[in-house]
Order: sequence, then structure tokens, then C-alpha cells
Amino acid sequence: MTTEKIPAARPRGLAWQRRRASAARFWRQYRAHRAGVLGLATLVLFVLLALAAPLLVGSDVDDVTGAPGSPLERPSAELPFGADRFGRDLLGLVIWGARVSLLVGLLAAVLSVAIGMVIGVTAGHFRGWYATVIMRITDWFLVMPTLVLAIALATVMSRSLLTIVVAIGVTTWPTTARLVRAQTLAVETRPYIERARALGGGHWHIMSRHVLPNVMPLVLAQTTLIISSAILAEATLAFLGLGDPTVVSWGGLLQDAREAGAVSAGHWWYLVPPGIAIALVALAFTLCGRAVESVLNPRLGVAR
Amino acid sequence: MTSDATSASVGASTGAAAGPVKDGPAAARGPRGGRGATAYPRYVAGKVAGAAVSLLAVLVTSFFLFRLIPGDPVKFMTGGRQVSAEQLAVYREQFGLDLPLWQQFTDYCGKALTGDLGTSYQFNAPVVDKITEALPNTLLLTGTAFVLYTVLGIVLGTRSAWRNGGFGDRFHTGLALTLYSLPSFWLGLLLIVTLSVGIGPLPGLFPTGGMESGGGEEGFAYAVDVAHHLVLPVVTLVAVEYGQTLLVTRSALLDEMGSDYLTTARAKGLRDDLVRRRHAVPNALLPTVTLIFINLGRTVAGVILVETVFSWPGLGGLFYQALSVPDLPLVQGLFFVFAAAVIVMNTLADLIYPLFDPRVGR
Repeated sequence: MTTEKIPAARPRGLAWQRRRASAARFWRQYRAHRAGVLGLATLVLFVLLALAAPLLVGSDVDDVTGAPGSPLERPSAELPFGADRFGRDLLGLVIWGARVSLLVGLLAAVLSVAIGMVIGVTAGHFRGWYATVIMRITDWFLVMPTLVLAIALATVMSRSLLTIVVAIGVTTWPTTARLVRAQTLAVETRPYIERARALGGGHWHIMSRHVLPNVMPLVLAQTTLIISSAILAEATLAFLGLGDPTVVSWGGLLQDAREAGAVSAGHWWYLVPPGIAIALVALAFTLCGRAVESVLNPRLGVAR
Repeated sequence: MTSDATSASVGASTGAAAGPVKDGPAAARGPRGGRGATAYPRYVAGKVAGAAVSLLAVLVTSFFLFRLIPGDPVKFMTGGRQVSAEQLAVYREQFGLDLPLWQQFTDYCGKALTGDLGTSYQFNAPVVDKITEALPNTLLLTGTAFVLYTVLGIVLGTRSAWRNGGFGDRFHTGLALTLYSLPSFWLGLLLIVTLSVGIGPLPGLFPTGGMESGGGEEGFAYAVDVAHHLVLPVVTLVAVEYGQTLLVTRSALLDEMGSDYLTTARAKGLRDDLVRRRHAVPNALLPTVTLIFINLGRTVAGVILVETVFSWPGLGGLFYQALSVPDLPLVQGLFFVFAAAVIVMNTLADLIYPLFDPRVGR
């Protein structure tokens, strides 16, 4: 009934109402995926932990001089996860590490998806030599071993978080570009694109107003999945000693543990928490991505 | 021309549905249909030429990328010892570092085409020798893991799809997703701690690393020793890799399950098991075939971490060693080998795919 109350003179209000309705529908269907909800809850928990880390553990958690425990102390009531090789509180370090891992994962995924989206939409919209050249380059990046290329880039550039973000971002975009291009090609055959063109809509208008909104849902699912692999890649690069040595991250903690000989000494409590944190967050993003995907494309048949 | 439209739509659907397998061979460009017997050789020629261009591009990239590393490679070679200026000059000349960059580049390309990838700074041995030395070890590790995770992925994926939504399906998909989210190096470290070093009462069952005990065993005893060292790295690789094959097989089979010909097969009285094995699975395996080849290339490049963690004397471990120096010629050479493995395998997938699926490339 509410739709009839909106006067025809306010198309913007109508559009917003439709958007709200479709968001509500999306959420209703998403909620039916138990794994997706579980993943989302885990993410919310980790994001809250990361945001509240300065209050929970204090920013001096990575301070070597005022460390609360003795080096490689076993878990106890005071230090539930034990202490690292400098005697720092491992629980605090793991909570603090969430900040870097989530930040790098998000930024790298945003960079990767942004590149992939621009390339995919333009390659699908403009045909001819531009698309040919661009897709050649994409194909070439696609066959490069991502991890090896990221390691090479991180080695070449200076050690910083930005380096890691760039190394992951510029090596993972081709899959997104391919997906977005396929979707763009499909959208561009629809009659309303022809109508927009006939009414004098330019390239920018068609790409931003007609193609992009149709590609966005796909991009959303893809982003969630890419964050998951970006977090794993960040941990991997940090573990190989290519991360920023001045910040605490989960991969860096594992590298510390290995260098301190925690493996051969059997100090399992040093290794377990950072790895579980990485796995939980990566899994949570994957579960969310799959739930979003199956809401958008029910034919995939993801188990609820 | 209808074939153009078909090939475009096939490309789009594989790209969207197969997830990680980005449209692969189905992306055959332009009209290729309706030309009879000449179409496949032309398709092959196109793919091979494309691969050759990619390989050349990798060669060029690997040269320039690693010249960007700050620092003087000669300094690394001398390992911080006090060396006279003359000696440094000798080193520079020996490795051709005194020449202008473009001349280094032409030398590098010329040599690479004759199969010479330069001399390693670190080992003072030809890069090609170091690579051929490590290659069999990597192939042993990745080959074993590859066979196991492919079989495991396909078998479990098929069963999951067949009992879609059941307990087994949910269990296996969940487990595969969880293992897929684990960092491989962490799983490796954890396996070493629990099964090699041993916690508390647990004895160390497996060696902590390397490929052989070095006790001078021969023949069968040596093979058993290597197999013993192989267990944990292979388990790690299989655990983190089989999930993808499982998920792709499962979703491909689910796509296929609604098809009319399966209903027909069952309606004519075939047993469930036969319908699955003879009718559904062969068709559903098409996207998996592409994935298998891509995986084969990717696994060779992806063993860097597992080999590093388990001190396996293969290409990945060598890459890690070379990076920490950095030993430019070796890093360059390995980078080329890793990329070439992926390119060659992708091309093979492109070439074989039309033999399985006549809709593509004819």
C-alpha cells in the first residue's frame, strides 16, 4: 500500500524505497544461510576486538622492555596464551595483530577489486582493440603464479604495510576483471542499454548508471572472497619475513615463533593462537562470500 | 554466425559458475565453428603461440623486476667481508654487472634462449644445474600430493553433490572450507610440533624435515626412508588443496543434476549408482578437468611455503634461500620456472579441453 502514497513527482523517493525493500529481501535470504550468519558473527566479533584493542590491551603490548612475562612462558592464569620470545603477553599480541591483518586484508581486497572492476567494465563496454589489449594483459596476469609474483614485488619494494597491500592488490585483480567483464557483456545486450544509448546516454552514463549497479552484487561477493585470500596472503608474506617488522601481525607472530625455535622445542601454545585467528577470519570471510553468492545465484546450491 | 554466440555464452557461464577456474579454455575468441577438420589445428597453433608470447613476457619481466631490488648484489656476494676495490671489480666483471643495463638484458635473453640462466651468486654454480638438481624432489612431493588431492577432491565432491544437503555433504563441505582457510605453513608447523617433535606423552613419529636421514641406506630401505619423510609435507599439501577440487566438482555436478537426460536415465530403470557414474559424473567433470591442470601448475609454484617449513630440498626451498640473499640469477631463474609451469599447464588444459567437450574449439 505504501508505494501508492509516493507521489509520482518524487522518483528519487521511490528509488530509495525500492532499494530499502531489496536490501531487506537480501537480508531475509541471507539469514537463512546458517554458515553465512555464523561467519558474519565471527567477523563482527573480530572487528570489535580490533577496534577496541587499544582499550583492551593498550598500545604498549608490543613493547619489549616492559614485558609482563618471562620469555617463552607457558600459559597460566595471568597470561592465558603464555608469553612470546620477549616475554610479551601473547593474548594481547593476537588481539593487537587483528588490526593489521584485517586492515591489510580489507585494503588489499579493495585495491584488487577496484582495479578488476574498472578493467572488467571498460573491457566489456569498449570493444575493439582496447578490449583485446586489456584482456591480453589480464590473461597474462592470470597465468602468473600469484604468490610468487607477490613475493617478488614485496621483495623489490621497501618493507611496509603499503607494500604488502600493493603486492597483494596488483596480483589478485585478474579473476575479478574476468568475472566483471563476463557480467558486463551480458548486461550490455539488454534492451534498456540500447534505449539509454538511443536517448543520448554517453559511455560514462551507461557504465556508471546501468552496467555498474548490475555488476555490483557480483563484485560484493567477490570482494568478500578476496579479503579471505588477502588475509592468508598477508600472513604468508609476513611469515616469509617480507612484512613490516615494526608492526604486530599474525603472520609476523608465527615467523617470530619459528625463529625462536618454538617448533623444535615443542612450544605449541606459541604457534596455535595466531594460526587459529588467521584461519577463523579467513573462514568467516569465505562463509560470508559463499552465502552472498548463493543468495544472488541460488543455482549454486550452497548448503544452508 | 551462431558459433560466435555459443562460444561467448559458454565463456561467460564457465567464468561465473566455476568460481576459481577463470573461464579457461572456454574463452576461445571469435568464431571457430563450422570449419570442419582444420579448426582444431588452428586452435592449437593459436594457443601455443599465445603461450610462447606469455613465456617471453615472463622472461622480460623477471629480468627487470629483480633489477629493482635496492642494494649492490656484489656486497651480498662477498658476505660483508672486507674486500678490495679491485676484487669487487673482478666480481662485477665475472657476473657481467659492469655492463650497461641494456647490454646485460640482451646477454641475458641470448643466454636464456640457449638454456643458460646465469650463475648463482650464492652457490657459484650454474642456475640451471641448481634447478635440475631440485626439480625431481619438488616433482616427487607435488606429484604425490597432486594425485592424492585430486582423487580425494573428485570422490568426495561427487558424493557430496549426490547427497546434497545431507549430513555427509555438510560435513565434507565444511571440513574442506575450513582446511582451505588454513595457512599451509601453519598447518605444517603444527604437524611438525605434534607428530615429529611430539607433545607430552606423544612420541615423535615422523622426521622434522629434509628428505632423507642421511644414514647411507640404499635401494628399498632408501625408498622407505624418503617415503617416511614425505608423509607430513604431502598431508599438509593435500589438506589445504583438496577443498577446491571438492567444491568445484560438487557445484559442477549440482548444475548437472537437474538435467533431463538424468531423469530419463532413471526413468528407464537404471540404478542410481550407474546413473551417477556413467551419466552425470563424466559431464560434470568438465570444469574439474581445467582445474586439475591449472592446479598442477599452481602446486609447483605453491610449494614454496611447505618446502620451506619442512626443509624439503626442492625448488620452493631454493627460492626461499635465494630470496634471503638475494641471489638475483637464481631468483630470476626460479621465477621463470614457476611461471612457465603454470603457463604450460594452462596451455595443456586449453589443448585437451576440446577433446573432452566438442562444443569448444572446433
